[in-house]
Amino acid sequence: MILSVVEQFPVLVIVVSLLSAFTILIAGWLNKKSCWVISFATILVQLVMAVFILHHVLTVGTIHYWLGGWSPPWGIEYVVDALNAYILVIVLSLALICVTYSKRSIAHELPQKIVSFYTLYQLLVTGLCGVTVTGDIFNMYVFIEIFSLSAYALIASRGKIALKASFTYLVLGSIGACFFLLGIGFLYSVTGSLNMHDLSLILPPLYENKVVQAAFVFFVVGLSIKMALFPLHTWLPDAHSFAPSEISAMLSGIIIEVSTYALIRVSFSVYTVAFIKLLPIFDFLCWVAAFGIIIGSVLAIAQYNLKRMLAYSSVSQMGYIMLAVGLSTSTHSALWGGLTPALMHILNHALMKGCLFLVAGAFIYKAELWNITDFQGLGRKMPYTCAAFMLAAISMIGVPPSVGFVSKVYIILACLESGKFIFVAVMLLSSLLNLVYFWRVIETMYMKRGEGEERSHSHSSSSKIDEIPLSMLIPVLTLAGLCIIMGVVWLTEIPLPILDQVNALFGLGRYAIP
Amino acid sequence: MMEQLIPIPYRPLLAILCPAIGSIFIVLFGKRPNIRESWTMLASIAQFLIVFSMVPIVIGGNGEPIKYTLFTAFPSVDFGFSVDAFGLIFAITSSFLWILVSSYSIGYMRSLHEHAQTRYYFCFCWAIFGAVGVALSGNLFTMFVFYEILTVSTYPLVAHDQTPEALFAGRKYLAYLLTAGGFFLAAVVITYYFTGTTDFVTGGIPNLASEASRTALMALFALFLLGFMKAAWMPFHSWLPTAMVAPTPVSALLHAVAVVKAGVFGIVRVVCYIYGVDLMHGLGLGLVLACLATFTIIVANLFALAQDNLKRRLAYSTINQLSLIIFGVALLSPEGIEGAMMHIPFHGFMKITLFMCAGAIIVVSGKKNISEMAGIGKEMPVTMIAFTIGALGMCALPPTAGFITHHLFVHGCEEAGGTMSFFPYVLLIAAILDVMYFFPIIYTAFFAKSEGSSGSKINEAPLFMLVPIAITATVSIIFFFYPDLFHISELVETAVSSLGGVHP
Repeated sequence: MILSVVEQFPVLVIVVSLLSAFTILIAGWLNKKSCWVISFATILVQLVMAVFILHHVLTVGTIHYWLGGWSPPWGIEYVVDALNAYILVIVLSLALICVTYSKRSIAHELPQKIVSFYTLYQLLVTGLCGVTVTGDIFNMYVFIEIFSLSAYALIASRGKIALKASFTYLVLGSIGACFFLLGIGFLYSVTGSLNMHDLSLILPPLYENKVVQAAFVFFVVGLSIKMALFPLHTWLPDAHSFAPSEISAMLSGIIIEVSTYALIRVSFSVYTVAFIKLLPIFDFLCWVAAFGIIIGSVLAIAQYNLKRMLAYSSVSQMGYIMLAVGLSTSTHSALWGGLTPALMHILNHALMKGCLFLVAGAFIYKAELWNITDFQGLGRKMPYTCAAFMLAAISMIGVPPSVGFVSKVYIILACLESGKFIFVAVMLLSSLLNLVYFWRVIETMYMKRGEGEERSHSHSSSSKIDEIPLSMLIPVLTLAGLCIIMGVVWLTEIPLPILDQVNALFGLGRYAIP
Repeated sequence: MMEQLIPIPYRPLLAILCPAIGSIFIVLFGKRPNIRESWTMLASIAQFLIVFSMVPIVIGGNGEPIKYTLFTAFPSVDFGFSVDAFGLIFAITSSFLWILVSSYSIGYMRSLHEHAQTRYYFCFCWAIFGAVGVALSGNLFTMFVFYEILTVSTYPLVAHDQTPEALFAGRKYLAYLLTAGGFFLAAVVITYYFTGTTDFVTGGIPNLASEASRTALMALFALFLLGFMKAAWMPFHSWLPTAMVAPTPVSALLHAVAVVKAGVFGIVRVVCYIYGVDLMHGLGLGLVLACLATFTIIVANLFALAQDNLKRRLAYSTINQLSLIIFGVALLSPEGIEGAMMHIPFHGFMKITLFMCAGAIIVVSGKKNISEMAGIGKEMPVTMIAFTIGALGMCALPPTAGFITHHLFVHGCEEAGGTMSFFPYVLLIAAILDVMYFFPIIYTAFFAKSEGSSGSKINEAPLFMLVPIAITATVSIIFFFYPDLFHISELVETAVSSLGGVHP
């Protein structure tokens, strides 16, 4: 079998990244400054490959790569279709933005641990890419463990209280991974196969089998812990708030989304729509997600620490994604049917939350500001950073034409089509709650005066502009700009064919068999 | 000449873009006040000229709108503009008054040495962007987008003072109006779900009645009304008086014209172009809306009586007049709708005069309460004469524009017949209440003796402020004799005649 160059890329994305992780470790002994360069270059190359993969998948078709030439179901197979090509591009784009940002902030925050930071970071990226490209369910578990373990270590890197946060995450994350592994074991005991495509062929006659059904429940619960779906979110607020900010951005923007991807993959590629319709589990997920949306927002309102507030907001946003996933089997529109709203919000949330966490990191970098009440006058001191925060925040609230608005409209349309009017109300209420907690921050940054500050009539106020370095500012502004630009791009429907291919693949949306 | 300069279909887009481009230059020249302010003036004049150049085309085209589509957002929902006669009325009003208020702002902000003036002009541009966008948008979806931009961009203007009071006002403003935005969005999406379109169609969306049940239509209308909380109908009005802590030019243009009129404009759009007059009749919603409006008219006037702060009193008067416009539409008769459409510019000109006078008094003497204004008419004769003209207009007395529209409303009631013929009496009571709270101001200003008696030295506001006041006051009178100024009455006739389905 002769493969074109692009068809080699799925494995190269992983191998290059894994080798780079060890190169960083060795190079770091000689020269600490080389770590960032190697990591940045690797992720850039990976991103370019991912873009080629996406293009290939859209124009030619799904890529199958057999590791070592062993044909499935015996060998491990990497399968890249429209769904994982799309996720891969998101993962690597945000990883690239975060690594750019990390150059100055890590040198400032963790000067002793630069080498280990970038080694772990590269392993994290490897794990995330691995989960995304693999077509083998046990291989997926391995990669989930790789990215989780590196995430535990990265969260703990600040020491002190972060150790506790990391430990909580480690315990809960391991339980989640165990559930996932149990699910795999159950399926293996029934079918004797680990290849996803192979499983999806063997399973249909066994759908009534209790072991197969129990396996699915294990997958759902295990991954729900990993993606911090309410009420299994308890590890998330600590982990997100005590990690270095670029890791918070990765955690919130990518890591929990990749777990969602894993759930989507298991639900629709290992199992099928026919199985999902057999059990009311997606309806149940909708309700859980709806509760998560509201309770996450309410808890966010109660926070004073900005990063903690953003963390609870992530719980709420994961609810959006899961609500959209839950509705995916009951919608048939060409536009908002199937997985389209969910996949759309995965990208949108990565942009918004990535930007917000990086801005929170900027405040900590500049002045060790953690609490919202301390942000008085920042609007004048750090105008660009605060402007970026504002753009991302109004996206979260869902002011048009931002990405948050587009997601909101699509999810509401999906709710309407499936006849679940209560969720429309939940979505609207949630955007109001978002307004409450984000506007509080914006108001403090721009409008509130410090206690000692006199009302000055002059144009230029006493406080001088004191911005973060350019290598941190550019990632922040890029994400903030994308929050608005992508919103318009979604509205023009240019990227929708990608998501339409995903629906075609799984027989969802307009491809569903009525 | 003009056709060659700017092709007709691009004009709506350009009209919208004027303030957006202006805002960029305002930020770039933030450190040089004179150049910054010239950009505001330039953008406002350019916008008005472009908007006005569309008038002959729309009137000549027999109600055929100018369409321009940017892109398609959902099947059969375009993000685009459709300029018809009714939209132009609102666009002309906002853009013309923006020119005057820009000049007024220069005088006001500089006299009071306000802080953060660049932010102020920047946000003002985006607010106008939103308002004119609402006026020119061709469907509910586009309208919603601009409606939300309008809400968000006015927040920094309301909270401009940055005092705890101003911050509270800003928060309240957002809480009300973004909640309303949520209802509006729900209403838009549900409309789209029922009919598959959100376009404004003269006479209503044809398949709305057949697709949705009677109860659903009622509930949907309630959602729309809640969505247009910007129209400040009671009991959802209290954001408006609170927002009066904003600098006076903001109160003048945004809270007498752009923001609140966007709400009323939306209600008229929904009644005439989404539901259509026939369906409104069929559902009996006209009477419900009329009752709601008259309730607001009377109660707002009673509240106004109790205010001593001039701007707050004017705010309640605005609430009253906005409901008058809603009332006109609720009559569902040609003359009622004509009156409602005409009252949008007429009330705009009169109320902006009043607000600008209130601002001039603050600049010159710092007085905000009516009880302190004894004898101020001798000090500031031009301002107070303009104020008197505006006040006469509010009380619907000739020779002002207010008389014409009230005349139309009364005719509209007769035309509608039935229960509606009872309503002229309500209007009469409202007018009497109007007189009761406006005339004491005039009396205090001209005839009451001032305590300090600092002598009757004339001490007027700067010319930057005085000229706009004089212009709007004069225009309020010209409208009485010649309602076709700016082609307003022609546009109204075009709009109403194209509604077609209107019947007594």
